[in-house]
Amino acid sequence: MQFALLIFESPEAFKARNADENDPYLGAWRAYYKALVEAGVYVGGNPLQAPETGTTVRLKDGKRRVQDGPFADTKEQLGGFTILELPSLDAALEWAARCPAASIGAVEVRPVSPEYLCRVTGLNEPG
Amino acid sequence: MKMSGSEPESTHRTIHRTIERVARESYGRLVAYLSSHTRDVASAEDALSDALVKALTAWPRDGVPDNPEAWLMTTARHSIIDHVRHQQVAEASEPTLALLREDSKEPNVTLATEFPDERLKLLFVCAHPAIDPAMHTPLMLQTVLGLDATRIAHAFLISPTTMGQRLVRAKTKIRDGGIRFEIPQAPELPERLDAVLEAIYAAFGLGWDDIAGVDQRGRDLAEEAIWLARVLLLLMPGEAEVHGLLALMLHCEARRAARRGPDGGYVPLSEQDTKLWSKPLMEEAERHLGEASSHGRAGRFQLEAAIQSVHAERARSGRTAWSAIMFFYEQLVRISPTLGTQTGYAAAVAEAKGPEAGLAVLDEIVLEAVSAYQPYWAVRAHLFQRLGNASEAADAFDRAIGLTEDPAVRQFLLHRRG
Repeated sequence: MQFALLIFESPEAFKARNADENDPYLGAWRAYYKALVEAGVYVGGNPLQAPETGTTVRLKDGKRRVQDGPFADTKEQLGGFTILELPSLDAALEWAARCPAASIGAVEVRPVSPEYLCRVTGLNEPG
Repeated sequence: MKMSGSEPESTHRTIHRTIERVARESYGRLVAYLSSHTRDVASAEDALSDALVKALTAWPRDGVPDNPEAWLMTTARHSIIDHVRHQQVAEASEPTLALLREDSKEPNVTLATEFPDERLKLLFVCAHPAIDPAMHTPLMLQTVLGLDATRIAHAFLISPTTMGQRLVRAKTKIRDGGIRFEIPQAPELPERLDAVLEAIYAAFGLGWDDIAGVDQRGRDLAEEAIWLARVLLLLMPGEAEVHGLLALMLHCEARRAARRGPDGGYVPLSEQDTKLWSKPLMEEAERHLGEASSHGRAGRFQLEAAIQSVHAERARSGRTAWSAIMFFYEQLVRISPTLGTQTGYAAAVAEAKGPEAGLAVLDEIVLEAVSAYQPYWAVRAHLFQRLGNASEAADAFDRAIGLTEDPAVRQFLLHRRG
């Protein structure tokens, strides 16, 4: 079963991405990534650019509404996502708790929806 | 509740505190007594919370009863009986009907101020082999201590809804699965007692062994676990392993203040300031360890407590007798070969005989088993660092850091890694 860890980060954490190699937050992320890969649970994922580079689109009463920036106006913003292959939600929550962002932001765990992907793309489920 | 003036407010506060204290001290005794009759833990808990709500109105009005516990018992019992009467009586279970009959025998229900302490039976029910082992500890925390599902869920890193559902399922199993409220007989007693001890220790926290990682999730439950062990000891004073478990937890608890530096940073056991260790707790631990050995049956918890006792000795002598720790770990690995004891053994061997010997012990552990086990990687990193093997050390440090939940420990390891 696949779970998505949606990683919410503070503005400070986003800034840390431009910090030098020895930044502890970056170091923690490198180590976390390594632990995921070595444990054989890592499927994929990507960091996202800063929230202000986002554009939110929605249709209201049939009219297009385009908004600069992210959808929600909270302090922490979606900073990336990681897809993990794990047997249960319990295991996914364990890994989420170890994520460096968990102690300074938040990590939301959601099951991935491959059925929906198949319906959208018309392709068969991989594997 | 609306308050007017400062005097009623302070009276209210006093009564609230009294209710909280009685609830805390009596909760398990009341749930155990009520459910030992009906086998229905959930309805006993509901009845008791009804009674506590009623106390919030009745006690400020009529004054706190002479025997608050008996008052709660009588009120809770009436609540169960009312509930049964509201339902179709035909649907009520036979044990509940028995409680009903018992009630009609004593029409005024001026219940005896003393009622038997059935908590031991309840503890054995919570850790019954028919109940999912993962639910043993949550059940004890809820039924004996009255902790709510949300708090338990946080500690166990499970969503509150899921924890609530699992608790309900477990209680239904107790009610409908024919699990008896009884103290196991001699042949099966050791195994059943083990399950109770394991569940209490699980509440204490998964990572207190302090090899490297401390699992902070268990921290706020440490006191609850010690309370449970004290209850168990009160009920089974002659069991060596109960003394052993309590000694183990008290020794670990004694070091709480020393685990964090002034800046909140993680301080490993070997670098802790022993002046910060609590002397009364260590002395109490030693008394229990002594008591345990007088019963002449060794066991896992006594061995773990003995290891902590050797560490505690550093407060007096300034040094750690690693060969003694290695010896106790040897025994421990023989009776309880878990990842924790094997890793602890490796760390002790490394201190007693050198890092190469320690690494040799670590290499005997199957790699697949430790892919998500932080202490293994932390010890491995430390030993490679001592050998001056920087690249192997960095690799192991990365694994340990990536598996660490506690930010203070992560910071510590990142710093050590360099």
